[in-house]
Amino acid sequence: MSKLITWLRQRASLQAWLLLLPSALWLFIFFIAPLFIVLVYSFLERGTYGGVVWHFTLENYRRVFDPLYLKTFWRSFYIAVLTTVFTLVLGYPLAYYIATRPQRQRGTWVLGLMIPFWTNFLVRTYAWLTLLRTHTGLINLTLMHLGWIHKPLPLFGNDTAIIIGLVYGWLPDMVLPIYATLERLDRSLLEAAMDLYASGPKVFARVIWPLSLPGVVAGSMLVFIPSLGAFVTPAILGGGKALMIGNIISNQFLAAHDWPFGSALSFVMMAVMLVATLVYFRVTSDEERRQL
Amino acid sequence: MKQRLVLLVSLLVVMGLLLAACGTPKQQATQAPKPAATEAAAQPTKAAQPTQAPQPTEAPKEVQPAKEIVFYNWSEYIDPKVYELFEKETGIKVVEDNFSSNEELLAKLQGGATGYALIVPSDYTVKIMIDQGMLAPLDRDKIPNLKNIAPRFRNVYYDPGNKYCVPYQWGTTGIGYLSDKVKKPESWSVFFDPDPNAPWYGRMTMLDDAREAFAAALVYLGYDINTTDEKQLEEAKQALIRAKAALSGYDSDTYEDLLASGENLIAHGWNGDFLQAMEDNENIAYTIPKEGGVIWVDNVCIPASATPEQKVAAEMFLNFILRPDIGAMISEYNYYATPNKAAEAKLDADFLNDPSVYPPKDVLDKLQFIKPVGKAESLYQRMWDEVKAAP
Amino acid sequence: MSEQALSRALSRRSQLARLKKQVSDLLFHAYGFWGYLFLYFPIIILVVFSFNDSRSTAQWAGFTTHWYADMLKDHQIILSLWNSLFVAIVSTTVSVIIGTLAALAMERYRFWGKLMMDAVLYLPIIIPDIAMAIMLLIFFDISGIGFEPWKVNFFGAHLAVPYSVIIGHVAFNISFVAVVVRARLAQMDQVLEEAAQDLYADPWRTFWRVTFPMLLPGILGGALLAFTLSMDDFVITFFTSGAGFNTLPVRVFGMIKKGVTPKINAVSTLMLLFSLMLVAISLILSRGGEKGDSSGNPMF
Repeated sequence: MSKLITWLRQRASLQAWLLLLPSALWLFIFFIAPLFIVLVYSFLERGTYGGVVWHFTLENYRRVFDPLYLKTFWRSFYIAVLTTVFTLVLGYPLAYYIATRPQRQRGTWVLGLMIPFWTNFLVRTYAWLTLLRTHTGLINLTLMHLGWIHKPLPLFGNDTAIIIGLVYGWLPDMVLPIYATLERLDRSLLEAAMDLYASGPKVFARVIWPLSLPGVVAGSMLVFIPSLGAFVTPAILGGGKALMIGNIISNQFLAAHDWPFGSALSFVMMAVMLVATLVYFRVTSDEERRQL
Repeated sequence: MKQRLVLLVSLLVVMGLLLAACGTPKQQATQAPKPAATEAAAQPTKAAQPTQAPQPTEAPKEVQPAKEIVFYNWSEYIDPKVYELFEKETGIKVVEDNFSSNEELLAKLQGGATGYALIVPSDYTVKIMIDQGMLAPLDRDKIPNLKNIAPRFRNVYYDPGNKYCVPYQWGTTGIGYLSDKVKKPESWSVFFDPDPNAPWYGRMTMLDDAREAFAAALVYLGYDINTTDEKQLEEAKQALIRAKAALSGYDSDTYEDLLASGENLIAHGWNGDFLQAMEDNENIAYTIPKEGGVIWVDNVCIPASATPEQKVAAEMFLNFILRPDIGAMISEYNYYATPNKAAEAKLDADFLNDPSVYPPKDVLDKLQFIKPVGKAESLYQRMWDEVKAAP
Repeated sequence: MSEQALSRALSRRSQLARLKKQVSDLLFHAYGFWGYLFLYFPIIILVVFSFNDSRSTAQWAGFTTHWYADMLKDHQIILSLWNSLFVAIVSTTVSVIIGTLAALAMERYRFWGKLMMDAVLYLPIIIPDIAMAIMLLIFFDISGIGFEPWKVNFFGAHLAVPYSVIIGHVAFNISFVAVVVRARLAQMDQVLEEAAQDLYADPWRTFWRVTFPMLLPGILGGALLAFTLSMDDFVITFFTSGAGFNTLPVRVFGMIKKGVTPKINAVSTLMLLFSLMLVAISLILSRGGEKGDSSGNPMF
């Protein structure tokens, strides 16, 4: 037995793959294999009403670079970036707040963060609709009743509404990973840093922020990516007047019956995101993160 | 079937390649599935034809009905009491599943979902499904109550002679408005020639559906709503872009609520939705503009994937809902018009005389079906994307 | 400087620091309050409208409790709620175990094939869920596995859950768990583990005594995220479930076109009450176990 362990310990690769085995198997069979189907489909011609015609073509990829869709890509990117920034600005202090609660309370605070999201997504979005509507929304009605404004604020059917909805929807995904890293910060380390720099902002900039960076990166990814692919929130809160890339992709499957083009769009989007993610991790993980 | 086998085999090949890649450390750089493999997978399958053969397996004469069947329906579209009565009479339990658009239904069945004994596609979707061999023809001897269907719905373009489907409910697409706040819109020009000073400017919605939106614009311009003429579509697109400035949004799901609450004043939508919203706001009214509008029929059909036992049980259920008393019960529940002539006798005169449920003859003549347009489908979608992307 | 002056200066400085700390604490609490208010405000609206005497969830028309009575009579909704809970619990458990193992491997080892696994682990997060849903449906159809139901008695409810739904949920949850756990691992101090390694000289004990407790907040965070995603998923469940199987989101989305009634708000409110009760119980339990256990489980 101990021989086996020694043998294993000498072979890091094998250890790693043993740990990875269950998830690798699961993902290769139930994710990569199906993904391969999407890849094949993206090179086929559409069936007129869904499905595919088995005929090889590159047309779907050519269409991805149509200015109409590039413009939509750009717009989605812009909304997703704003969403991520706002979520970070709102979520970081919240994560910090939870991490600084007495240890026994933290679990409760974290649960309190998640509980709203155990209700139904659609019902939550409609609740926002009740708040944001231009003429009959509670926010505008209240502000007008108080006499603070005389014309309703344009809170609904535009990018503001979409971003509010997305920030709300993904806030826990930002807070959780940041909290997970902040919670580990050593109190005594902070106190030592406090003595050394003697100013809150300096301690934050030099100690806390760098140490929480892995959480910030993970959180930003968890927010940015689904925001880029969002399609229900833009449809309901954005009034459906402007498309995001998620709408275009889901439309290909659910309205245009164009599975190959939907597959090609998904693939290009995934490829872009994957390359960006991997490049980011290669740059940060090996140098910066190890230094911390 | 053959193409599926090919896909499965090529899948296994790729998995093998990936595993082999894992075996040789040098190959770690190539993590993505290889394009070469993709081409190899696509090549030999060219020959396979895209036919999903309908399998009209003649059921042997004495097939016992299934004990439980799944009815894939729109939500809130049938009185649950109908299931209870049916179970009491036949012992067959009906379980309901819901979908929320024809496209969802189509995509799910095309992806290979099975187990449904009954589905409720709308007219143009029925046409597509029949053409794709996705529906099983009805055994008309088992459904004697088909005689109750009004003549108008017996020879519909999508299923002449009700060979595959039983018409379930029908309705129209028009304009709903708040009668206490705006005067009745007589023409589609409220949308397509919007007056920036009108109180409803910026407080209107249109359906978030390419074909419905284009149908409204094409009717307004006096064209066939199923046109495939690019020039006419271009004109319709321009009209839709003009309308966009006056809209608070495109909405197919909550527009009637937004109207009932007073957020919006005018909405493009389906008649039954407005009728249901009248419960909340009695000032909601429905009209079909002078240029005309869209008529649609939802149908109950049996998917080709149903087993013979399920099919027999499904046909018993179809015969059951075609009974006059049950047909009336369904209309009373969902406020839509019934294509069941015999059931009309059991319905309130008020209901039968309501022009927003049963449009008068002259209006009825101006209504058109949305039909599948084949290859032009992608043209519609493309132009719709352009409307959506317009500032 | 005399010693007295020095100590006076120091005490003044610490007084000032204390004042500053009080002010920042106050601001901090205010921020926490507003943050949670933002999260709960729409939920309050949702609860209020579950008592709305109208079919609409947008316009107040008076108080009623009949949606609750309706909900309790609607066996389909109750069943779909059980289905949701079951799928979420099972898929969270599976994905937390194998996702944590994956995170350990990815963060603690350098090995060949790492870049590939990195890509494989991130893909489920990156893929648009509609594409994943359709591809899973086609895959299950081609391979012929997955659609048969797992018949189970879950707290008295007889469920028949297609394996395909659970497989699909685990497939996207693994990655989310792995991301959260990795973030935690990335900034954990390995010195402690190395010391423990020397002390116990047994990787198994080192893991359970040192690594695991330190990792636990990350694991629980990942579990919470997975559970939440699973409870809320519509698209993938819709496409991977066979006939006759509904989770609550699938049920609700099916209702969109013909009207989402306050009945759904009532269900959500009930779930909310239930989760709040769980939190209260966990609070009471953690109070009770406080005395003897100061180093233990930091989450509950």
